[in-house]
Amino acid sequence: MATDSTSQVIERCEQLFEDIDFAAARAWKEAEPGRKVIGYMPVYVPREIIHAGGMLALGVLGGGENIEVIHGDAYYQSYICRIPRSTIELAITKRLDFVDGMLFPSICDVIRNLSGMWKMMFPDVYTRYFDVPQNFRDDIGGTYYINELNELKTGLEEVSGRKIEDDALRRSIALYNENRRLVNDVYALRAKQPWKAPASEVYLVIRAGMVLDVEEHSQLIRDYLAAAEAEDRPPRDNCRILIQGSFCEQPPLNLIKSIELAGCYIVDDDYILGTRWLLEDVPVDGDPIANLAHAFLHQSTDCAAKYEPDGTRKGHFLVETVRRRGAEGVIFASPSFCDPALLDRPMLGRALSQENIPYISFKYAENSGQMQPIREQAGTFADSIKLWSAA
Amino acid sequence: MTDTTSAEETVKEPSMITQKHMIAANYDRLTSAPESGTKVVSTYVPGNLNELIMCFDMVSNLPEINAINNAMRKKSGGYITEAEKQGHSEDVCTYVKADIGLMSKGAIAPNGKPIPPPDLLLLSYTGCFTFMKWFELLRDEFGCETVMLHIPYEGDGIVTEHMRDYVVKQLKDEVIPALERVSGVKFDIDRLREYLRKSAAAEDDLVWVLQSAKNKPSPIDAFFGGVFYIGPAFTAFRGTDEAIEYYVQLRAEVEDRLARGAGPITPEGEMGPEKYRLVVEGTPNWTSFREFWKMFYDEGAVVVASTYTKVGGMYDFGFRHDPDRPLESLADYCLGCYTNRNLVQRVEILENYLEEYEADGLLINSIKSCNSFSAGQLLMMREVETRTGKPAAFIETDLVDPRYFSASNVRNRMESYFQMIEQKRRGGGSATVAA
Ligand code: SF4
Ligand code: SF4
Repeated sequence: MATDSTSQVIERCEQLFEDIDFAAARAWKEAEPGRKVIGYMPVYVPREIIHAGGMLALGVLGGGENIEVIHGDAYYQSYICRIPRSTIELAITKRLDFVDGMLFPSICDVIRNLSGMWKMMFPDVYTRYFDVPQNFRDDIGGTYYINELNELKTGLEEVSGRKIEDDALRRSIALYNENRRLVNDVYALRAKQPWKAPASEVYLVIRAGMVLDVEEHSQLIRDYLAAAEAEDRPPRDNCRILIQGSFCEQPPLNLIKSIELAGCYIVDDDYILGTRWLLEDVPVDGDPIANLAHAFLHQSTDCAAKYEPDGTRKGHFLVETVRRRGAEGVIFASPSFCDPALLDRPMLGRALSQENIPYISFKYAENSGQMQPIREQAGTFADSIKLWSAA
Repeated sequence: MTDTTSAEETVKEPSMITQKHMIAANYDRLTSAPESGTKVVSTYVPGNLNELIMCFDMVSNLPEINAINNAMRKKSGGYITEAEKQGHSEDVCTYVKADIGLMSKGAIAPNGKPIPPPDLLLLSYTGCFTFMKWFELLRDEFGCETVMLHIPYEGDGIVTEHMRDYVVKQLKDEVIPALERVSGVKFDIDRLREYLRKSAAAEDDLVWVLQSAKNKPSPIDAFFGGVFYIGPAFTAFRGTDEAIEYYVQLRAEVEDRLARGAGPITPEGEMGPEKYRLVVEGTPNWTSFREFWKMFYDEGAVVVASTYTKVGGMYDFGFRHDPDRPLESLADYCLGCYTNRNLVQRVEILENYLEEYEADGLLINSIKSCNSFSAGQLLMMREVETRTGKPAAFIETDLVDPRYFSASNVRNRMESYFQMIEQKRRGGGSATVAA
């Protein structure tokens, strides 16, 4: 069988990305009677449990740049980020009318409060605020989280009308482990040979996992990896940077492209972070819920939405990632009005400065149109990095 | 009996003067901690564990109270600019920036002496995500011991057994050991019970005062006056005899006004005839507090119930600290604070206030800083309007950032809102006055 070219894979990803009516997810649901779809917002939910219930986990990352927000603005003041308003817009315009449940993870007070709005606006939809512990001791936060996971499981069983057995959950854990490994492979390829896997492509490939069943997504990643490895693309004289602060509201694709066009290879990022939240495989034997809890407590990524219990380690994860990826600088790119990302930034910036890692910052909205200032800022940053490294 | 202090010509009730002394004494205790050897704990107002802290002879420093104090003394604007100069985003909560700015300017307390650095940061993370980041920022600054108490959110509008257990376990295994370690004092649960018993006594009187606003005319303003009435119960005095005495005094004052059919005391004296009864959702603006209040009392508008006065506990819905369930009741207290309630509950609370207090309508003061309060308020407003048929209005200001208080905008909106209430009284329909 002939392998697809990267452009074929990317074309499919682009279609999925641009389709704010979620045709692929609708088609999945319609393929068999009784199928259910559970939406989730950033940043992390244990998709394994949704999958084990025979349901599709649908990532709802806002409406992006393609949706015109008409109703959503009547729900939010101007000083609140865009993702909740475009998400409301998606729902009001019936683009989420096939979604049977919505999960609102504990990331910030905006998404937290959106869970309550959803309960009021869409009373027929199973709506859950998905709380996670900020205490990482197994006997304290772990016990609490296991209870949360069990409550979530019970709620999802009610939606799907079937019991979620441990074996099904173990199978789902295995599938998501595989998917995560593949996602990590894409990131590793890009870090090694960024000219082979441009950031905008990587973004689209990972983003496709928001609307596809996990196995289909894993296959898509395999196809992309094979095509990207095979394709001959010339390296450029770009510097290597890492993107930080984009874990919730997503930037327009153009912004990602602009950064690369400005001379920066993105060698790591926190886009669509839920797909890489867990850093290791979750064990497939033993108690699956306890395993998911253990992974969350002890093997999960750093993020502004998470408390760092050890003050001396604040920013370490970022510094280590910079080192591991061989990045030469960091671009803090956060959504406007994003409290978690913007409050974290000075602390992370300090950790970087201590290690002499240069950084710049800017803000965006998912529908930012003007790329010129960002391109100029990123271009100047790239030039200065090259100057430093030449010095 | 009221007192007019010369400087600002502000009329003060005796209980306000009592409170002023209490706060001043606490600042003195705080600023003299280095000499007295008292250990300092920084902690937040919502979900604060004052009774527990007292068990360890520690003194509390409450950063929000510092920010409010500085805002009322017109100093917060400078502090915020200072923090922004240091790289803090213009988009984030101004309480945080006012605090950071204050620290970099030497952390001077209202008594003119420096606030000592904390020995312990006790992060009771209740009802606001920003708290968590704020404490990480403070820890970055002070490098002192930090202990976190994570309070799960009432996403489904209920407190489950496992939520309560999680909080109690953190209290037992994280918070109390940290307090023991830093203070060198061993925890005595009977001491805690005694403080909790005192808290409950004060809370009974606080609720009586807040609910006196059900009378017509209301003898209190439950927002502008309310923020003073909640002071001792929400801060470093809950669990003390002083707090009990303060509330006895306050209650007597209110009883007296009630008996006389008098309205609330405003900074300019007793309010004239009550024309409008409002429920207010949201946080006050502290930089133009008096100016804002004047827009109400000049028009005969009194706030009969507010949600801000519930951020440090929803006592009026029955909660009391309970000496028989010491740690469990501290957990329930933290879990039940207003901003830890989901939006469905918040709408129900507002609806209840509008009906129970026979209010004319709802006013939302939406605060730029505060996503915890503000995100979703427009929907809440429409929902409350639909359920009660009473008119609502929406204004936007900020807490401690003077740049976000536009007196003329607020005044215009208030004027149209009062007209709307009049119209409604004459039998007209309701239309929302929005931003
Ligand atoms: S972009 Fe930031 S503030 Fe907005 S919902 Fe996401 S995490 Fe919250
Ligand atoms: S976001 Fe709101 S609740 Fe949180 S610290 Fe700021 S003002 Fe207080």
